[in-house]
Amino acid sequence: MVPVEARGLVKAYGRIRAVDHVDLSVHEGDIYGFLGPNGAGKTTAMRILLGLLRPDEGEVRVFGRDPQRELPRALDGVGGFVETPHFYPYLTGRSNLELLAAFDGGDAPSRVGAVLETVGLQGRAGDKVGGYSQGMRQRLGLAASLLRNPRLLVLDEPTNGLDPGGIRDMRDLITELAAQGMTIFLSSHLLAEVEELCTRVSVIREGRIVYEGALADLHASSAPRYRLRTSDQETARRRLLDDPALRDVETRGDDLVFTADEAAVLALSKRLVEAGLGIAALVPETATLEQLFFELTETGEHPHRLEAVV
Amino acid sequence: MTPSTLTAYRWEVRKLVAQKRTYIGVGASALLPVIFVSVMALQTGGPYDVPLGHNLRHTGIALALVVLTFASRFGAQLVTALVAGDIVASESSGGTLKMIFTRSLGRGQILAGKTLATFTYVLVLLLALLVAGLVSGGIAWGFNPVVDLTGTRLSAAHALGLAFAALGVFAIPLAAVAAFGIFLSVVTRNSAAAIVGTLVYELVMEAIVGLVHVQWLHHYMLSAQFDAWHGLFQTPVFWAPVVRCAWVSALFAAVPLAAAFAIFKRRDVAGE
Repeated sequence: MVPVEARGLVKAYGRIRAVDHVDLSVHEGDIYGFLGPNGAGKTTAMRILLGLLRPDEGEVRVFGRDPQRELPRALDGVGGFVETPHFYPYLTGRSNLELLAAFDGGDAPSRVGAVLETVGLQGRAGDKVGGYSQGMRQRLGLAASLLRNPRLLVLDEPTNGLDPGGIRDMRDLITELAAQGMTIFLSSHLLAEVEELCTRVSVIREGRIVYEGALADLHASSAPRYRLRTSDQETARRRLLDDPALRDVETRGDDLVFTADEAAVLALSKRLVEAGLGIAALVPETATLEQLFFELTETGEHPHRLEAVV
Repeated sequence: MTPSTLTAYRWEVRKLVAQKRTYIGVGASALLPVIFVSVMALQTGGPYDVPLGHNLRHTGIALALVVLTFASRFGAQLVTALVAGDIVASESSGGTLKMIFTRSLGRGQILAGKTLATFTYVLVLLLALLVAGLVSGGIAWGFNPVVDLTGTRLSAAHALGLAFAALGVFAIPLAAVAAFGIFLSVVTRNSAAAIVGTLVYELVMEAIVGLVHVQWLHHYMLSAQFDAWHGLFQTPVFWAPVVRCAWVSALFAAVPLAAAFAIFKRRDVAGE
């Protein structure tokens, strides 16, 4: 059963379409990164997935069930939170989890101690949540999600408010949970994190999905970019600009950077040597997810046209 | 164990027990008869013309019921609204609705638990008033027989039983006020608006009774049902107002509760 399948989701607030014909497919075992700038529609789409919002159009299935019509059963096997997790400030961390576990039923109440230990909150479980830092609430949110022993974990900005150590712990925990076979759907602004963790991503911009697929395919879809350093950068720069096979030539620090295919690069290296220039470096650059993200979300170019952009 | 309305109810009660506002309401209820008896101890005279008022200074059993007459105009509704208006709205403003809506309990079960917990709070309010009234009235005037509204002398034990029954009858329209508070709590998603709105609702009822001079209409207004317990202190017991209180209050509770459930089950949870 596919963990998440969404087709044509639309949700409008007045004249503004928060999500606009969004399609998402999260496969079993994915660590799926949902990326987009603030206000792009990530949280709205996640709320629809969890049955908190009704879409104006489109449909979503979570493990084959419709969260709009089959709640609470549609969320069997699903744990997670959208935005910052909130708790009852006048109850202790443990009591909050006991409440949620009681609402989950089954053997969830017996897991309270274990999930507190998993997120490293066992020492503060007896304190009222009103006194918790945001990072602690974030950990408690993850603990609350794990209570359900989920097959699909939906996390909205799970590292928000965590210190560097907490971010590392959260990353390790997500990796560990994924290794146990859990499917993870997470939104994040921390692109380096996503790049390190995720196997598949989708990028949303102004309510529309501008890319969805494997992270490796996204990297592969970008046109190859090269960095060049020679004994005479000014001459080299003129040569690059004169060559119609090379594009997007720019100077970055001491280096020249350009886009070209491999044949054009081979021809260029020969010509540079023939012109008497020494080549100190001519290396391919892999676009980082951050670069790809900005290209997708700021230029509005469709991923199939990435070559023209990069 | 499969979660049920009972699960939601138990946790709603636990949450109420953990909140200060609960104690403010219950404390105020318990304090009223103590203040009443203290003021009477410091002066001569008293509100002898209100129902059962002629028993004051003769027996402590009537004290809580006399206080109830005064509280029925505004105070009881205020402390009820404090919890009823807050019970859903605080979850909206606190952002906890989306946590509990993504668990295995249905939305209807959650609201049913909240409604039952609010009704329990209403009963506890009245019990606090009655117990505090019996203790303070008993200390001041003893547990002597009560003369009912038809002039019949009732034994202390009989009157005590009737006092608890009267409390139960008084709780019925108060539960209907709570139901309207819950409805506003669902609709406004704002505690203050729901609490004030519930009080305005009660004031409008009072205003209709005061301004519209149609006697039969008065019998069917919610505010009139707060006097229905007087029927129990007549010999023989006059059941008509008690029965009317039950069905009129049920109607006043059912309509807002049905609307609250319909809205709560379908509402979008965005930014809360």
